Amino acid sequence: MKIKQDVAVSDSGFVFNPTTGDSFSVNPIGMEIIKLMKEGKSMEEINKSVLENYNVEEKTIEKDLYDFIEMLGHYSLREENGQT
Amino acid sequence: MKKQRYERPLIKKLEDNMPNKFGMRKEYLPMTHIDDVSVKELIDQYGSPLFVISERKIRDNIRKAKTAFETRYPKVQFAWSYKTNYLNAVCNTFHQEGSWAEVVSEFEYDKAIHNGINGSKIIYNGPDKTEESIVKAINNSSLIHIDHLDEFYTIRDVAIRLNKIARVAIRVNMDTGIYPMWDRFGFNYENGQAWTALNKIMHSDVMNLVGLHTHIGTFMLSPNAYAVAAGKLADLAIGIRDRYKHEIEYIDMGGGFASMNKLRGSYLPGTDINPTINDFAEAITGALISSNFGPGKLPLLILETGRALIDDAAHLLGTVISNKRLSDGRRSTIIDIGVNLLFTSFWYEHNITPAQPFTQYSEDTVVYGPLCMNIDVLRENISLPLLNRGEHVVIQNVGAYNMTQWMQFITLRPRIVMIDMEGNPHVVRERESLERLLEFERMPDHLKDFKL
Ligand SMILES: Cc1ncc(COP(=O)(O)O)c(C=O)c1O
Repeated sequence: MKIKQDVAVSDSGFVFNPTTGDSFSVNPIGMEIIKLMKEGKSMEEINKSVLENYNVEEKTIEKDLYDFIEMLGHYSLREENGQT
Repeated sequence: MKKQRYERPLIKKLEDNMPNKFGMRKEYLPMTHIDDVSVKELIDQYGSPLFVISERKIRDNIRKAKTAFETRYPKVQFAWSYKTNYLNAVCNTFHQEGSWAEVVSEFEYDKAIHNGINGSKIIYNGPDKTEESIVKAINNSSLIHIDHLDEFYTIRDVAIRLNKIARVAIRVNMDTGIYPMWDRFGFNYENGQAWTALNKIMHSDVMNLVGLHTHIGTFMLSPNAYAVAAGKLADLAIGIRDRYKHEIEYIDMGGGFASMNKLRGSYLPGTDINPTINDFAEAITGALISSNFGPGKLPLLILETGRALIDDAAHLLGTVISNKRLSDGRRSTIIDIGVNLLFTSFWYEHNITPAQPFTQYSEDTVVYGPLCMNIDVLRENISLPLLNRGEHVVIQNVGAYNMTQWMQFITLRPRIVMIDMEGNPHVVRERESLERLLEFERMPDHLKDFKL
């Protein structure tokens, strides 16, 4: 599960996909997750990191993370062959 | 290390050059309190969903409306439109503020009597007045507004039988430049029906023509339509005076002033475009004062304003059941408030406000109710902050027609509380229970048992 190499991520909460020309705004927790993905972290590691830093139940983050990654796919920001 | 408040991760495509019609939402704040009472505590104590009515707001609204008219016209009387919200606590708040009762069925008539209102202060409208209710209305000297000629004959026959005089008015429909024209109620002005009815009344020994009534529509956005209507009723009144030397006591302009809700499909919020009660007052009183009533002869002006007096005095509180992603990528949120409780979501784009703090991030969301029915959609598309399951929302401006047109469908109807002037909540309607509903049902003997 990886973010495409050429996708640009800014610190101010914007993501740019040079292939399609689309820009996206991302909230801070979304930014954190994208950065972890860029570092090549696994789903479990991301899960764990969010649980450590946020006041949230495991079942909630599991569901929301799955949804978020699905949206990254929907916007063609994910490596096609990356395992999820 | 203290953990941060959780918000679900969000990625949103920026659509450049595309004016975002939802981007118009002004920065808004969570609605954590209603009349200084915490929304969370209300839900903890009385359950979710929950209707919450503000007594303070009702009194404030009726006082402002009275001022709007009384500063422009010598004799004004409001009559509370029962069908808009006939919870007894709501009716009595209006009655305490001096409003009469305006009813449109025997059930509503009996409810007004039950509330202790004097029969002579009940305005009886509508096309279905049962004979028994006409008996009561004549005996109580109520104001009977005749809708059609069949009703005229019934009233005449009952009055003869009782040997009493019925106090009557006719409802007049007319062209006020508004489309569609409401011509199904009452007698038409332009084609002479109104005069036919008036002549019949004037020739009857058992009827006293006390007034003229119209109700030109509901959620009206044009004060000028009221000026036209008031002018036409004034013409009829003056015509009766000239022809029969009879002076009517009142002109009743009905209801219909728009509240501050936003109609579906309208781009601008109601607070930006809807006329205020002062605009309507100016139009109506201006037309009456400039008509040909002699000095000191202006009739009493009655108003049956409904929604504009109650919509913003009630809120509907609810809870997020789930956040879901639809097949096309759209976000949807399911809350425990359905169209069975919020009938007006078929006409209005209701504001849905979180009841707890949120960040500036939002997502275009479809808001569904809890019913297992495809029609159960509260908002097709609303920009909502990121709500977690179990968090609460407040839907504003729900006071008119919801607590009367709601349905017992799939779920039970919830409690209604009213917050008094001191900030104390009172339950004014209990939640429904299975036991209560079963009381209406009867089981034929042969259906009592079954084996599976
Ligand atoms: C006869 C009559 N009077 C008053 C009203 C109240 O109207 P509104 O709530 O639009 O003010 C109605 C509602 O349709 C009505 O039919």
